[in-house]
Amino acid sequence: MELKIKAQAGSFESSDVLIMVEPQPTGVGRKIELESIVMQQFGDDLLNQIHRDLDALGIDDIRVIINDKGALPPTISARLETALKRSAGLQAGTLT
Amino acid sequence: MKNILQREIPETLEGIGEIEPFQGAFTKLRKGWMEEETVPPPNKAKMPHSSKMCSNLKEAVIRTNPRNGMTVSFHHHLRGGDSILVETIKILAELGIKDITLASSSLTSAHEPILPYLKNGTITQIYSSGIRGEIGEAVAKGVMPKPFVIHSHGGRVRSVHTGKIKIDLTVIAASAADIEGNSTGAHGPSAFGSMGYAVIDARYARQVVVVTDNIVDYPCVPQAVTQNFVDYVVKVDSIGDPSKIAGGTTRITKAPMDLQIARLAAQVIEHSGELKEGFSFQVGAGGASLAVAKYIRKIMKQKVIKGSFILGGVTSYGVDMLNEGLFKSIFDVQSFDAAVSTSLMTNPYHIEITAGLYANPFNCGCMTNKLDIVVLGALEIDTDFNVNVITGSEGYVRGASGGHSDTASGANLTVVVCPSFRGRIPIVKEKVHTIVTPGESIDVLVTERGICVNPNRPELKENLIKGGIAVKEIKDLAAEVEKITGVAKPIQNEERIVGIVEYRDGTVIDVIRQVK
Repeated sequence: MELKIKAQAGSFESSDVLIMVEPQPTGVGRKIELESIVMQQFGDDLLNQIHRDLDALGIDDIRVIINDKGALPPTISARLETALKRSAGLQAGTLT
Repeated sequence: MKNILQREIPETLEGIGEIEPFQGAFTKLRKGWMEEETVPPPNKAKMPHSSKMCSNLKEAVIRTNPRNGMTVSFHHHLRGGDSILVETIKILAELGIKDITLASSSLTSAHEPILPYLKNGTITQIYSSGIRGEIGEAVAKGVMPKPFVIHSHGGRVRSVHTGKIKIDLTVIAASAADIEGNSTGAHGPSAFGSMGYAVIDARYARQVVVVTDNIVDYPCVPQAVTQNFVDYVVKVDSIGDPSKIAGGTTRITKAPMDLQIARLAAQVIEHSGELKEGFSFQVGAGGASLAVAKYIRKIMKQKVIKGSFILGGVTSYGVDMLNEGLFKSIFDVQSFDAAVSTSLMTNPYHIEITAGLYANPFNCGCMTNKLDIVVLGALEIDTDFNVNVITGSEGYVRGASGGHSDTASGANLTVVVCPSFRGRIPIVKEKVHTIVTPGESIDVLVTERGICVNPNRPELKENLIKGGIAVKEIKDLAAEVEKITGVAKPIQNEERIVGIVEYRDGTVIDVIRQVK
C-alpha cells in the first residue's frame, strides 16, 4: 500500500480511538505517537498491535498519531486500516 | 501479615495504631458482643433560658474552643450541594488550627475546595465512607501525612462508639431548626430528607453546632436531632446550592446496557426464591442498580406481591412504589431527591432512621440484617466475588464503601450488577485492586455477558436454572472478558500505605497504596 496524503479515522468518543497517519519519505521509519486513557494497562499491547498491523500491510515509513479512549483491539485495527486506506486513496474519507 | 482474603496488612500503621486483620464477615459478630470498650458520650449542662444562638458560623466555631489535632465531623446529606463543610474548614484554617482529622460521613464533589488544606497541614487525616474526584486523586497520591480510613455507614457508628473517631466538633447542617437546636432535613427551602448519619455525631461530639438557613418557631418538628445534644445554633443565609441539595426526582437510566443488566437482574430475583410476599428490598441510587426497581415493580404488579419495607438510600422511585401500595413502609437513612423529603414529612409509613439502626453491626440488630434482597453496583469484582467499590482503574480513590458491605452481609440475596468491562478495562477479573466487600457476602453477579452464582449458594443456582436462566462460572466469564480486552497490566503502586479499608466490624479488609 502506498500512502499519499495525511488521513484520519475514528473519533474522540469513549471506547473509540482517533488515528491520524502521515506518509514519510523512504527510510525514515515509523514514528508512533501514542496517547491512551488505558496507557498503564494496555500501552505496550497497543503499540505492539499497531506494529503488527503495519507489518502485515508492509508499511515501514509512516507517522501515526493515536489518541485512544479505551477502544477494543478490533476497533483499533479497523480504525488504522481505514486511515491507511484513506491515505492511499483507496477509500473516501472525512479528511482529504 | 495476611488477612483471610490473602491481602497483605501491616500489624501496625503510623497514624492508625494496631491493626486487626479481617477474619470473615461474621467471625467477630458470632460472639454476640463487641470486645472493644465503648467510650462514654459527654455529659453537659446548660442554665435555663440561656441562648444557644450565634450570629455566624465563625462565632460558633470560636465558642467551641477549636484546637490543633481536633476531629471535626459532618454529615453528607446535602450531597453535591453542601457548602457548610468547606466553610467550617476555611474558618478553622483562618484561625490557624492545624492537624485536623476530618470525619465526614462521606465526601462529594462539593468538597473539592478543601484540597489546599490537605496539602498545607490543616487536615492531616480523613475518615469517610467515600472519597471522589480531585480529593480522591490527591489522597491516593499521598498528600496527607496520616493514612485515610474508609469505613462503611454501619462501621462509622461503631467507630464513634469505640472512640476510634473521637469527635471534638460536629457541624450539622439542617434545613429547619429552632433556637434550641431541634432540627430536621424534612422541610424548608433546602429540604434534603433524612439526617440519619448525623445523629450519632450529635450524641457523641464534645461540641455540637447546628447550622440552618431556616429558623422556625420553637419547637421544630419532626426532630431528627434533639436539643438536649446541641450546644450552639447558627442561622446562615445559605447551607448550599438548593438545586444540588434537593434536585427534582431521580430518573431511571436510559443507557441500553444498564437497562439490559437490570432486566437480567430482575429475572434472577424473580426466580431466586426470595421474591415473595412480605419481602424487603434495597437498591442503589444510580445506573443499573436503581433500574432493577423498575422491572421488580412490574413483576410485583403482575404477580400481585406486596413487600414489607424498602431500606436505605431512598429515591423518589421507592416513594412511588410505597404510594402504589407495593411496599408497606420505607426506612430512610438518606434521601436522594426532593420528592423523598415531602414523603418523609407527610407519610407516617416513611420513617427516618439513624445510621446505627440502619447498619451498625454491634447492636441488637440493625435493619440491614432484615433485608431479603439488595442490588448493589461494583467498580470491579473478582473470581472469588470480592467487590471493589472504592478505587478506580488508575488506583485513585473514586467511590464509596457506603452501605455496600453492610447490606451485602445482611441480605438473604445480594445481587451485584455491573458491566463485564468498561471501555477496555475488565470489571470481572481474577483479582480486584481493593476489596471493600468480601465475596462470601455476594450471592450472584449479573452482567450483560453472563450471570454467575457464588459456589456457596448451590440452591440459588438450582433455582435459577429451574427458572430457565443460563448461569456460567465466574472464572469462565473473567476469561471471556480477558479475551475481548486483552490482558491488563496491574496498576503500579509505591509501597507506602496511604489509606486503609475497614470492614464494618472494625477489622482491616484491605489497604490502599500510594499511586505512582
